[in-house]
Amino acid sequence: MAEFKLPANSRIREGKTHKASTAGGKIRRFRIYRYDPETGENPRLDTYELDAERTGPMVLDALIRIKNEIDPTLTFRRSCREGICGSCAMNIDGTNTLACTKGLDEIDGDVTVYPLPHQEVVKDLVPDLSHFYAQYASVKPWLRTETPTPPDRERLQSKAERDLLDGLYECILCACCSTSCPSYWWNSDRYLGPAALLQAYRWIADSRDEATGERLDELEDPYRLYRCHTILNCTATCPKGLNPGKAIAEIKRCIVERNI
Amino acid sequence: MSGFETPVARARGLGSAKRGYRHWWAQRVTAVALVPLVLWLGFGLALHGAADFETARAWVSGPVTAVLWIVALVVAFYHAALGLQVVIEDYVGGDGMKVAAILLAQAFCVLLAVGGIVAVLRIALGG
Repeated sequence: MAEFKLPANSRIREGKTHKASTAGGKIRRFRIYRYDPETGENPRLDTYELDAERTGPMVLDALIRIKNEIDPTLTFRRSCREGICGSCAMNIDGTNTLACTKGLDEIDGDVTVYPLPHQEVVKDLVPDLSHFYAQYASVKPWLRTETPTPPDRERLQSKAERDLLDGLYECILCACCSTSCPSYWWNSDRYLGPAALLQAYRWIADSRDEATGERLDELEDPYRLYRCHTILNCTATCPKGLNPGKAIAEIKRCIVERNI
Repeated sequence: MSGFETPVARARGLGSAKRGYRHWWAQRVTAVALVPLVLWLGFGLALHGAADFETARAWVSGPVTAVLWIVALVVAFYHAALGLQVVIEDYVGGDGMKVAAILLAQAFCVLLAVGGIVAVLRIALGG
């Protein structure tokens, strides 16, 4: 169900301001969403000032510095700091992206940081992605075959067949795309969302997989697949430069193909 | 509700409906068909909008015009019914409300389409 107005306990109020400790130098202001469900308080937007010259080049560098030097209660996920684990996905400067690959020089003025949109917040910038991961699991993201693996070698694939997986296998499941999708905001209970659908297509496109028909059966559903209205926020926001919108269109094309 | 349901059980829900293709395909086909039909209708109305009653009546009752009118009405209201259903499914929560709204929208489209067709037939057949 579409919700156009925030519930009263979700309205964001102005929070604390942490002034830069060192005088001089270029100051960057970070406006960061803070929320702790255990306190029962409304979310707030805290402001942190950092000396830009003493901060690393990426938004994640700034967040780590804030946590280390100014406010250890700031909570966020991060791991690889090189855009491969997908942990630090958040809404930065109005767009879902990875804090570790978003350069501070790409942002004009204050740096606003919110958690991924329309997810339950565990704390601060940490969203609850249990449902997102369960939807990924529901597309059976593994090779399904009846033919046993040849005893003397691996399952073979031509170079051309392998090329079909480019632009699909790189997905790191950071959830930037799904949480940027209005259709996913309104109907994520049933709509799989761009990330799970791109992953589903990754196995449909795999020449070694023998369950293509069953996969399409499982996806052909007014909500699971056809809630995609080609809004393409997913493709615009993907920090890995992938095109979930095209992958979804390919699934629809496969279903047309087997009907005509 | 069921607080101990696992996330995977929730994600799988009632399973796939194993349909949706026909609705989606029909919406695309009717959209493409409406491009020439609406162009034709637009030009026809613009050319005859300022004409007197008898000229306009003669235009609508011509065999080609009458057939195209009826086709345009069927395609347009079928497309509208499909599209309205998608909008309602997107934004209306609660299964009861959703089903009621979809049925109402479909009834509305059928009434308008049949009304339009009867009007064209009456003019064409001189009823």
